[in-house]
Amino acid sequence: MSAIAESTVGAALATPHTQVGAPIIRITALRKSYGDNEVLKGIDLDVKRGEVIAIIGKSGSGKSTLLRCINGLEVFQEGSLTVDGKPLLYESAMAMRELRQRVGMIFQSFNLFPHLSVGRNVMLAPQLVKKKGSAENATRARQLLERVGLAEKFDAMPDQLSGGQQQRVAIARALAMDPAVMLCDEITSALDPELVGEVLRVVESLANEGMTLLMVTHEMNFARKVADRVIFMHQGRVHEMGSPEALFGQPRTAELKQFLSSLHD
Amino acid sequence: MIEFTLWDIVRNLALAARWTVVLSLIAFVGGGLVGLLLLVLRLSGRAPVNRVIGAYVQLFQGTPLLMQLFLLYFGIALFGIDTSAWMAAGVALTLYASAYLAEIWRGCVEAIPRGQWEASKSLALSFGQQLRHIILPQALRIAVPPTVGFLVQVIKGTALASVIGFVELTKAGGMIANVTYEPLLVYGCVALMYFVLCFPVSLYARTLERKLHVGHR
Ligand SMILES: Nc1ncnc2c1ncn2[C@@H]1O[C@H](COP(=O)(O)OP(=O)(O)OP(=O)(O)O)[C@@H](O)[C@H]1O
Ligand SMILES: [Mg+2]
Repeated sequence: MSAIAESTVGAALATPHTQVGAPIIRITALRKSYGDNEVLKGIDLDVKRGEVIAIIGKSGSGKSTLLRCINGLEVFQEGSLTVDGKPLLYESAMAMRELRQRVGMIFQSFNLFPHLSVGRNVMLAPQLVKKKGSAENATRARQLLERVGLAEKFDAMPDQLSGGQQQRVAIARALAMDPAVMLCDEITSALDPELVGEVLRVVESLANEGMTLLMVTHEMNFARKVADRVIFMHQGRVHEMGSPEALFGQPRTAELKQFLSSLHD
Repeated sequence: MIEFTLWDIVRNLALAARWTVVLSLIAFVGGGLVGLLLLVLRLSGRAPVNRVIGAYVQLFQGTPLLMQLFLLYFGIALFGIDTSAWMAAGVALTLYASAYLAEIWRGCVEAIPRGQWEASKSLALSFGQQLRHIILPQALRIAVPPTVGFLVQVIKGTALASVIGFVELTKAGGMIANVTYEPLLVYGCVALMYFVLCFPVSLYARTLERKLHVGHR
């Protein structure tokens, strides 16, 4: 019992610069196009520290693009974006790297580095980017792997793990950079149904410990249970936004009603 | 007339084969370094840089190595630089190999899933760190067979340097055949020596490939 308590303390989440309850992500009038195709048509969104936000919407509504703008994987043309006090400045590679250190991202396809062991996957970025000493880095990596229930996989290679295990390693890898915010893009969509739960439990534990989370998800039950706020995106806009009870209980717009009813088919 | 024993033939060919080896090494090392530079420029580069490198690659892939050797040999002299067959052959083979290797390696890098770039970028790795720690190690694994295949081509390609008077294995073979009047025997020996040079390279590649794969298990 005490060992578990200790390890949880050891793998505690980092404290962001932003105060609890203050906006940790500020997105203002963000517009993004691919060529002539405008995909995000003016997004305004403030996310408070510790808030858990679920983003739902039809395929092609711009959910992934919005997430990917937040850590600069996609370049947007208009608007501004700040994460934990770090503004997004494309011109400065330094500023981009500063910002990305504040933002962890988990992908649908895990994207573990297949040529590195699980432990090295987790330790690589802290070593290279944060210049963390190897002993401290290894200790932290072990704690984080323990946190996601994979302490014994430190020396395994990614292709020896199940999808659910790989995704949990990906979460530990992102946490190792002590992000202020985590972005999750349909992180259980590539998993067999029986493996979804183990990943969602890890995400839920992060939410409970005050991590700021933005997750694109098709798991409506999970969104209802964990999210503080649900955003329904439609054709590149935040079409409707509110508490899970309000959004799922009393959808106001026809588009959301239609979207929700399409899920039951 | 001097009598040539088989031993004399083999010994003289073996001496000339040293220059084939040296020329091949120059092409490997020079071509590898320039090719790597071109690859990195192309991966980090903006559109104009890419177009220039693309044209360079096309130029060397689209013309015979023989012409490249001629043009360099006579072309450098035009600038008043005193060219030896040595320098011309070394430079020509280096450029030729660099163009091919840059293209082969680009294909290998492009075979790495986009998610690897994105995940490493999200972790705040710099471009150089992404290449060094994530992309190139994975590309290397798939690059071994085509790279070695090409290196074997280069070893055989050095034979063309004989046309600008560079005395390597092929040229020496020609000279010896002329004095011994035993072309079949001499060229047979020449072919055998090329084989002796190329075969271990292929063999080593197979071991290397296996080793790289084992490392990932
Ligand atoms: N790299 C790209 N180049 C051009 N168009 C793109 C690109 N990526 C996305 N798009 C377009 O942008 C729009 C929004 O895509 P996005 O991936 O954000 O949707 P999504 O809401 O995440 O959908 P899904 O639920 O299918 O993941 C789509 O119309 C898509 O075709
Ligand atoms: Mg998407």
